[in-house]
Amino acid sequence: MSLTLFIEQILNGLQFGVMLFLMAAGLTLIFGVMGLINLAHGSLFMVGAFACATVAAATGSFWLGLVASLAAAAAAGALVEILVIRRLYERDHLDQVLATFALILIFSEGTRWVFGSFPLYLDIPQLLSGAVHLPGGAQYPIYRLAVIGVGIAVAIGLYLLIGKTRLGMRIRAGESDREMIGALGIDIGTLYTLVFALGAALAGLAGAMVGALQSVQVGMGEPVLILAFVVIVIGGIGSIKGALIGSILVGLTETLGRFLLPHFFGLFMPNSEAATIGAALASMLIYIVMALILAFRPQGLFAANA
Amino acid sequence: MTRETTISILIIAGLLAAAFIAQAMGETFYITLATRMAILGLAATGLNIALGLGGLVSFGHAAFFGIGGYAAGILATHAFNSEPLLLGLPGTNQMIVIWITGAIAAGLVAVLIGLISLRTSGVYFIMITLAFAQMIYYFAISWPAYGGEDGLSIYVRNAFPGMNTLAPMSFFLICFGLLALGLIVFAMLRDSRFGAALQAGRQNETRLAAVGIGPFRVRLTAFVISAMMTALAGALFADLNRFVSPSMFSWHMSGELIVLIILGGVGRLAGPLAGAIVYVLFEFALGGITEHWQFFLGLILLAVVLFARGGVMGLLAGRARHG
Repeated sequence: MSLTLFIEQILNGLQFGVMLFLMAAGLTLIFGVMGLINLAHGSLFMVGAFACATVAAATGSFWLGLVASLAAAAAAGALVEILVIRRLYERDHLDQVLATFALILIFSEGTRWVFGSFPLYLDIPQLLSGAVHLPGGAQYPIYRLAVIGVGIAVAIGLYLLIGKTRLGMRIRAGESDREMIGALGIDIGTLYTLVFALGAALAGLAGAMVGALQSVQVGMGEPVLILAFVVIVIGGIGSIKGALIGSILVGLTETLGRFLLPHFFGLFMPNSEAATIGAALASMLIYIVMALILAFRPQGLFAANA
Repeated sequence: MTRETTISILIIAGLLAAAFIAQAMGETFYITLATRMAILGLAATGLNIALGLGGLVSFGHAAFFGIGGYAAGILATHAFNSEPLLLGLPGTNQMIVIWITGAIAAGLVAVLIGLISLRTSGVYFIMITLAFAQMIYYFAISWPAYGGEDGLSIYVRNAFPGMNTLAPMSFFLICFGLLALGLIVFAMLRDSRFGAALQAGRQNETRLAAVGIGPFRVRLTAFVISAMMTALAGALFADLNRFVSPSMFSWHMSGELIVLIILGGVGRLAGPLAGAIVYVLFEFALGGITEHWQFFLGLILLAVVLFARGGVMGLLAGRARHG
């Protein structure tokens, strides 16, 4: 186990964490402002990836695809909010779970209907296709670094949006007292649609960026969705800061666990067994971390107004 | 007899009658369909104890369903290969032993999950139970000893004393018997002192605490009983398919169990069974028309949540009294 490999794994963990943040930020925002638990967030991730792959294949430009992913996911989000989600705000969580579960079925099967069961592939754009040299002689793909960069930019952008703008002020006001801001003459319906579309666009962006690393296929959003749930539970539901820290924590734990645990068990048992036990434990590791955190802080690390 | 009781009895008896009619017509496929309804109904009745009576929205009951399934799969495999299991104990192909093993295993896991999860409530509880189920799901996928991702086949359906379990009707009757037992347990729990405390905890936790009952232990007990019943159904499900795979642990399975309850009517005695009957019928009817049946299933579920609150039982027997 060399230092370069270790640095590479840390970067991979960061990249994964940043991608989770894009998902978790939307989820936690939607929950914080509207009190809605949205299982269909993974479907918006998938919509983004499919939009990007389709437009990139038709025009030959990844960048147009990226724009399309944002637009398609935001539009899908706004549409779903207006048609369905809007009716769920006053309902209990059970109804929200069922309705958004139904939305997953509709999105997944609808996508399979249109695009078929075969995965689509998305190429990394020319501009970002090389690799950079890391200290110690290893190479790391520029694209993954760019994903980390985008994630950091989004985190800063969200911080500014929520902390410094009028819209952000309304979002925060909506989190703390929705009746009051309604009474102050703010159109809550539009605000909610906007927040939902914003969250959807972030999920779509994540989907498009991941689409170039993996294949684009039906159901690709679900594993990410569940990890994003873990993130916001660890971070504290409703807290963007918690989502950021939770994402990095989960990203690093997941990646480094897969990398280090087999080595660790290799120290005192035969290699094949160590690989098996290490892999099994690594796949459970983040859930164990989550359980530990919740055992001590049931509201997560940075609970917003819970 | 209240209208609800009459309709509940009609639904339960209807399932039994349907199986006998299918038997008389020689349509074994329909018996299998009815068996599936009974098993899913039992699994969802288990969840209904936690969710319907206790208001504990567990999104991780697939964990217990799967544990029951794997209990059947693992014990049967060891018996089939004549390999000792743990501490030199042999495997078995006796359903009763498998049921007890599966239920106890699920109960123990439920104690662990419950001890942590029940410290939280609301959305946190939903997500934590989901996360625990995912943990077990990934473990099942990455642990190669029992088939890993490929699952485990049960070559010969496990045995029950005095019955030929390979005959569809006999196996249906076993499942139906357990379903009936599960419904009786549900009704007894609901009407007991314990059930009153459990339901009071759902309605008003502070008041429950004020009369001197701590909600935590009541909920933990309900969660464990609920898990054990769902595990029992899991063991039957494994025997029905003669196959277990990690998909029994998947979050789709957890979602499906919740769907059954909402479709049928939350907290109602025959709700989960009614939901299972309707769900399996949808699956069968839509699946015959289009391979994209899940799309339409999604639309129907959406319509049920948005416009037909109270589910099948709400429609047939009026709105529930519980609030």
